[in-house]
Amino acid sequence: MDKATVLNIAKLARIKVSESETENLAGELTNIFDWIEQLNEVNTDNVEPMTSVVAMAMPSRTDEVNDGADAERVLQNAPDRPADAQGNPLAFYVVPKVVE
Amino acid sequence: MTYLIEGETGDWEVVIGLEVHAQIISKAKLFSSAATEFGAEPNSQVSLVDAAMPGMLPVINEVCIGQAVRTGLGLNARINLHSVFERKNYFYPDLPQGYQISQFLEPIVGEGVITLDMPEGPRDIGVERLHMEQDAGKSLHDQDPKRTFIDLNRSGIALMEIVSKPDLRSPAEAGTYMRKLRAIVRYLGTCDGNMEQGSLRCDANVSVRPVGEKELRTRTEIKNINSVRFVMAAIEYEAERQVEIYEDGGNVVQETRLYDANKGETWSMRSKEEAHDYRYFPDPDLLPVDLTQEFVDEIKASLPELPDAKKQRFVNDFGVAVDDAATLVADKETADYFEAVADSGDAKLAANWIIQELFAVLNKDSLGIAESPVSSDDLGKLVGLIADNTISGRIAKDVFEVMVTEGGDPAQIVENKGLKQITDTGEIEAMIDALINDNPDQTQQYRDGNTKVTGWFVGQIMKATGGKANPQMVNELLKKKLGLG
Amino acid sequence: MNSLTDLTIARSRDGLDKGDFSAVELAEAHIAAVEAARDLNAFITETPELALERAKASDERRAKGAAASAMDGIPIAVKDLYCTDGVATTAGSHILEDFTPPYESTVTQNLKEAGAVMLGKTNMDEFAMGSANITSYHGNVINPWKLDDGKDRVPGGSSGGSAAAVAGHLALGGAGSDTGGSIRQPASFSGIVGMKPTYGRCSRWGMVAFASSLDQAGPMTRTVEDAAIMLQSMVSHDKKDSTSVDQSIPDFAAALTSNIKDLKVGVPKEYRLDGMPGEIETLWQQGIEWLKAAGAEPVEISLPYTKYALPTYYIVAPAEASSNLARYDGVRYGLRVEGDSLDEMYENTRGQGFGAEVRRRIMIGTYVLSAGYYDAYYVKAMKLRTLILQEFQQAFEGVDVMLTPTAPSPAFAIGEKLDDPVQMYLNDVFTVPASLAGLPAISVPGGLSDEGLPLGLHLITKPFDEETLFRVGGVLEEAANFTAQPSYLEGVA
Repeated sequence: MDKATVLNIAKLARIKVSESETENLAGELTNIFDWIEQLNEVNTDNVEPMTSVVAMAMPSRTDEVNDGADAERVLQNAPDRPADAQGNPLAFYVVPKVVE
Repeated sequence: MTYLIEGETGDWEVVIGLEVHAQIISKAKLFSSAATEFGAEPNSQVSLVDAAMPGMLPVINEVCIGQAVRTGLGLNARINLHSVFERKNYFYPDLPQGYQISQFLEPIVGEGVITLDMPEGPRDIGVERLHMEQDAGKSLHDQDPKRTFIDLNRSGIALMEIVSKPDLRSPAEAGTYMRKLRAIVRYLGTCDGNMEQGSLRCDANVSVRPVGEKELRTRTEIKNINSVRFVMAAIEYEAERQVEIYEDGGNVVQETRLYDANKGETWSMRSKEEAHDYRYFPDPDLLPVDLTQEFVDEIKASLPELPDAKKQRFVNDFGVAVDDAATLVADKETADYFEAVADSGDAKLAANWIIQELFAVLNKDSLGIAESPVSSDDLGKLVGLIADNTISGRIAKDVFEVMVTEGGDPAQIVENKGLKQITDTGEIEAMIDALINDNPDQTQQYRDGNTKVTGWFVGQIMKATGGKANPQMVNELLKKKLGLG
Repeated sequence: MNSLTDLTIARSRDGLDKGDFSAVELAEAHIAAVEAARDLNAFITETPELALERAKASDERRAKGAAASAMDGIPIAVKDLYCTDGVATTAGSHILEDFTPPYESTVTQNLKEAGAVMLGKTNMDEFAMGSANITSYHGNVINPWKLDDGKDRVPGGSSGGSAAAVAGHLALGGAGSDTGGSIRQPASFSGIVGMKPTYGRCSRWGMVAFASSLDQAGPMTRTVEDAAIMLQSMVSHDKKDSTSVDQSIPDFAAALTSNIKDLKVGVPKEYRLDGMPGEIETLWQQGIEWLKAAGAEPVEISLPYTKYALPTYYIVAPAEASSNLARYDGVRYGLRVEGDSLDEMYENTRGQGFGAEVRRRIMIGTYVLSAGYYDAYYVKAMKLRTLILQEFQQAFEGVDVMLTPTAPSPAFAIGEKLDDPVQMYLNDVFTVPASLAGLPAISVPGGLSDEGLPLGLHLITKPFDEETLFRVGGVLEEAANFTAQPSYLEGVA
């Protein structure tokens, strides 16, 4: 696990890592993955990967609308909201402009 | 006729695969009970699950499963009784969970086929798969100079992603495929196919290669095209762009592009080379989907007659021309309208009237058949009046115009305006006799072999009768009287 | 100390029923204890007004003869992993700064409806990742068990705050969560009872998700009977959770019959680790003897895949966590650190909002799911999981319950075991296998280490057989007669 890989993973995970942290992480992760290597001692050629600990059919719900009609409820914890000219919050989340 | 791009170095063919996202018709979303209506106030159809609040969990909507199976059956595809939902992980503000619940290795529907009616003949286009997934929310980039606004109403709505095999070879085929697919899902009631509202979206994968080359070259993906016209135009532009690149000695870059309808061009969105690593894995909040064969069979038994079968029936049972039948079944409502009119007795006439006269009226005002000013009942009556010789086709057009602008029962209109066809042979004969007497030159021309002058005679009779003479009868009587009977 | 905080849930229920004291008095005593014990840092958010409100309502119900359950009026601590309506919820993280859920988790809703009185939200390892409660943004939790060396000790984790609260007599019970041992291991370190029911018994709706296929809610109490009583008010079939099982719910407390005659107790030899402290082995043997004396039959069994459980867990849990924690992005709730671009905003927010252990595990998880590594790591781990589950299933055809130690050591001092993350991961070596297999398990205080710190004994049984767990646990508890108290309580007036 080298620094370049650490930076790649950090990018995928959208986590900012400092230069020194990258070094540390490379070391720690190498250790951890060395330890995990022992799983290769086990022959799993004919083994099915577990799909779920729960042995039951997937439950479903009926097609009814009984949720979601309260914008404030889902917006009230937003760290940033746009506002109109009077300063009233608008019913949107907001992020730095995305260039497409 | 194969579609080819004539380049400087030779001919190139286009290879196209389409990925269509179709919003499933259901009242609630795929994994949440929020509503799916179009055009609601921002963030007013967003449950805690859709907003990906901490601790929220998905529970699947049973109707969506049925709709996906239904669509798969309508595509003559294999239904996979066992399928798995996987998480597709990436970061984007309209994807609140930071992953989309989708299907990857084990989709609910496998291979199928869509048959296209092309001018050259029927073409079978392979469908690779159909899977279910969540839709994302909407990003609004034009509300603020520095910020993007996010509306999650659409987040979590059920989508079917239908992936074709790269069997399409022209923009026209791509357009026909889109129209056929749209017709099928509308027939089935699994998607309303409204491209303007975004309930049907198309991503086109386009590559080109010199004729004769077997391998596929690099393809680009044109995303989110929202009309059939644009699908065809975008493909045409992109194919030509790629040919130019190759002929200039360059290489096509694998990337995502968008179609700019105003400029008629595609442009690069982001390089697919810094490709997303989606890190798919089975969603641990869900279990595999396991369907019984009974469940699938029940749905199969409940399928409506689909376009291809309906078209065949129109040809076989109603004697409609194949091309006309194809036109009529392209839209289920049109097909239903036609059958109601065909009840009047003359199906071919009915087909003709709908395709020529009614469509012209509808297209002028951009109306759908559901908004037709003339009901199928009334058009049926009109066709009936032609069929039983009450009026001529010519007169019928006048009656039709009245029906369109003023409405009214056709028989009534004929009565009121005295438009009944003159079928009394005596009257016509008398008129012909008079004409022959008064016009010896024309009569002579005719007897000398200029059969074209018949038209002049017919025209005169029509004028004299105000168009009410039965043209067929006039022709027959004229021939008799003029001596070529 | 006010003796109202030295009771058990069962005795408090009796006292309330008889009218010896009111729920308000009980609540007030515990509120005072919580305030006096802030040095333990067991609570992130205290909710005294809410507690008194609920206590008052409890008294009103009782007055009408309509007590909601055995938990009615009982003061409890709730791990800050549970979303509580209108009450700050942090999951021990900076990234959930200022987050107040407008909804209540199913488990805490169940407890609320049962009449339980919430004293506050307890401290925990950040996002439940840890086994010492030293990764919380809100500081370490101190174990009420102290020795003369004056060193602060860890209470275990991740449910360290709940463990300290119950052990320190600040609450009669604590709602914890267990993913790889996060209830059982702190219970062992803190000298209390902690159990994790079968996966799917308790709803996960409204629980901040760490590893979806492993997370389970469970009770932390001072007696086995209390754990049974509290669990009764936590379990339910929840239609909002697709992994919640619709299984009949027995009367858990009724299972404490003490009768374990002819029960077969499996003793898996692979749980005997090289270099394990002698006192752990001694206690384990002692536990076997106790059960034998009560009429059970110990059977040595072999579970060869045991050693692979921990590395398997450290692939599966981080993988799921890396995906579950992607929603913490500064857009809809919690901390937001601005950036010039969207990605910068994400990276700053998550870089600053997540602590080191969480960042490390997200990286592990992202890596094992990434292109080229998915089959080698994630699929491999899921295959190991199948083998581990099958191994347990086969073993349970021959035994009814298994006995192992809970933890490979007593509570260590804060600052120890920090050199290598793997060192810290080894705390869960005995608890993780049952988590991977979704089996119910319990830790019961068995005795003291040579130095005088608590050591737990761990029982595992078949899916949905919590009754056997409580029955055998009750027998162990009686035999162990663990009456030692943390020194912290002596210092409390």
